[in-house]
Amino acid sequence: MIQRKRKLGRGVAIVGAGMSPFGIRPDVTNRELFAEAFLDMINSVDKGFDPQEIEALYVGNCGAEMWESQTAIGALCANEVGLNLRPALKVEDACASSSVAVREGIIGIASGLYDLVLAGGTEKMSVLPTNWTTMALACGSDTAYESSAGFTFPGLYAAMATAHMEKYGTTHDDLLRVAIKNHSNGALNPKAHFPMTIKDVMNRRIAKAKEKGDSVPSWADELEFLNDPRYNPVIAWPNTLFDCCPVTDGAACLLLVAEELARSFTDKPIHIIGTGQASGPNLHDRETLTSIAGAKLAAKHAYEMAGVGPQDMKMAEVHDCFTIAEVMAIADVGFFREGKEAATAAGEGKTARDGVKPVNVSGGLKCKGHPVGATGAAQMVEVFQQMRGEAGERQVTNRDIDLALTHNIGAHGTTAVVQIYERR
Amino acid sequence: MKQIPFTIASFEGFLKERKLMASQCQKCNALWLPPRPICPSCMSNNMEWAQLSGRGKLVAFTVIGVGPIPMLEAGYNRDNPYCAGIVEVEEGPRVSAQILGVDVGDPKNIKIGTPVTAEFVERGSWHFVEELAKTKKMYLAFKA
Repeated sequence: MIQRKRKLGRGVAIVGAGMSPFGIRPDVTNRELFAEAFLDMINSVDKGFDPQEIEALYVGNCGAEMWESQTAIGALCANEVGLNLRPALKVEDACASSSVAVREGIIGIASGLYDLVLAGGTEKMSVLPTNWTTMALACGSDTAYESSAGFTFPGLYAAMATAHMEKYGTTHDDLLRVAIKNHSNGALNPKAHFPMTIKDVMNRRIAKAKEKGDSVPSWADELEFLNDPRYNPVIAWPNTLFDCCPVTDGAACLLLVAEELARSFTDKPIHIIGTGQASGPNLHDRETLTSIAGAKLAAKHAYEMAGVGPQDMKMAEVHDCFTIAEVMAIADVGFFREGKEAATAAGEGKTARDGVKPVNVSGGLKCKGHPVGATGAAQMVEVFQQMRGEAGERQVTNRDIDLALTHNIGAHGTTAVVQIYERR
Repeated sequence: MKQIPFTIASFEGFLKERKLMASQCQKCNALWLPPRPICPSCMSNNMEWAQLSGRGKLVAFTVIGVGPIPMLEAGYNRDNPYCAGIVEVEEGPRVSAQILGVDVGDPKNIKIGTPVTAEFVERGSWHFVEELAKTKKMYLAFKA
């Protein structure tokens, strides 16, 4: 057997990070969203730099073919930001597209080929009617054997939820508490798609009912509101509307540089000390439906490369496209034991912003939004800001975040990328 | 006799004949459903077709009201949802399929472990291009 070291050829650091506002953005396309993220990134580089020094672009995008009838988005984004005549790659791995794009950018620098790389992603999703967006997303699973069997994305994760419930006694309320937690974080994120708590949503519904002269609903708390099918309908049982991330437009990008150059851009570079990636089979082909083997392996490789463990992570952004996905993610990266401990972590406040392991302080995909091809890069933007103490109202304050992790899943677990970041 | 290739088209051709066929590795005996040309267990490509009984049990499921286009065309919607599930066939492998004959009106009544048998259901193809989506195909389903 070949002995693999899985080390980067040289260190890579993030010295700039930016994102567009996430949400329904009717008047802009993928390339314009990417330009918004680019300008935001430029403003984040403390000591300034000449963007023309960027040698290559890696642009994550899942489905511009379907949503915008547009292929070759890499070159279009490069042109839009004034960076022609250099390699510009479009990278596609469903919802992990931009994590894979960033990872490829890291490898490009680590190989010695480039010193300066722009990597990120963009997704414009709100163009198509819901049925077609459902269809476009379902193209991320196996269209021959999964989507054509009737599985949608909320449906695939719902199936994982039923398996989790059967095996561990997980309740739907456990899952809804993930949504409540992530909305309470995202309410403080000015770039989130839905910057409001579930309580805000609830009060808004009450106000609307009063305004319309309808019978005014009364709920004891957020959980009772979320258990009211008139206001939180089932999308794919047991997944309700508030178990699902929204359909969002947005872009995010990072400036990656060779470690030895980092201090000429900023005094607070964020070093990428571990990166792991793994693929996986269709859901029905997995030995277990309650964890994602590729994510576990990607985490193992990232931890090994970084020489740290889950206990060292001060915060994480994980892939919560559906509430069950966060429950599985925090177990797959080793923060909590798979099963009851992971399922109840949100409800017990362990993953809250002031908890023992803050998870998705950005609001996560659930509240911040999930423009699929931009999500991984956006997770890294959050980590960059949190680690540098620049996250504003949602800044984690109960610890110094010198080590953090991102976990991004493509499709229903057929791609997984886990990365570890350090502020020295 | 020429070997029928281990492709999606071959599998779909068998479904049209109302047969559920897997591929079986002749080196390590592993059984693969859906069929595949290369055995991931031992990397052999010496496969043979094997017909399955069609009996199995439900291991995970969902009930969907907001389906993709072919399911909408087949008449499913919020008021008429359908169940999709993962079935473990008695020979071992698992497969995704529509699940018929379960209480889609109250999914709490659907139990993991429910015995099911293979059914064959015709509906439109999975394709973004309308002309191609119209082509009817036989799909695997299971009935409780």
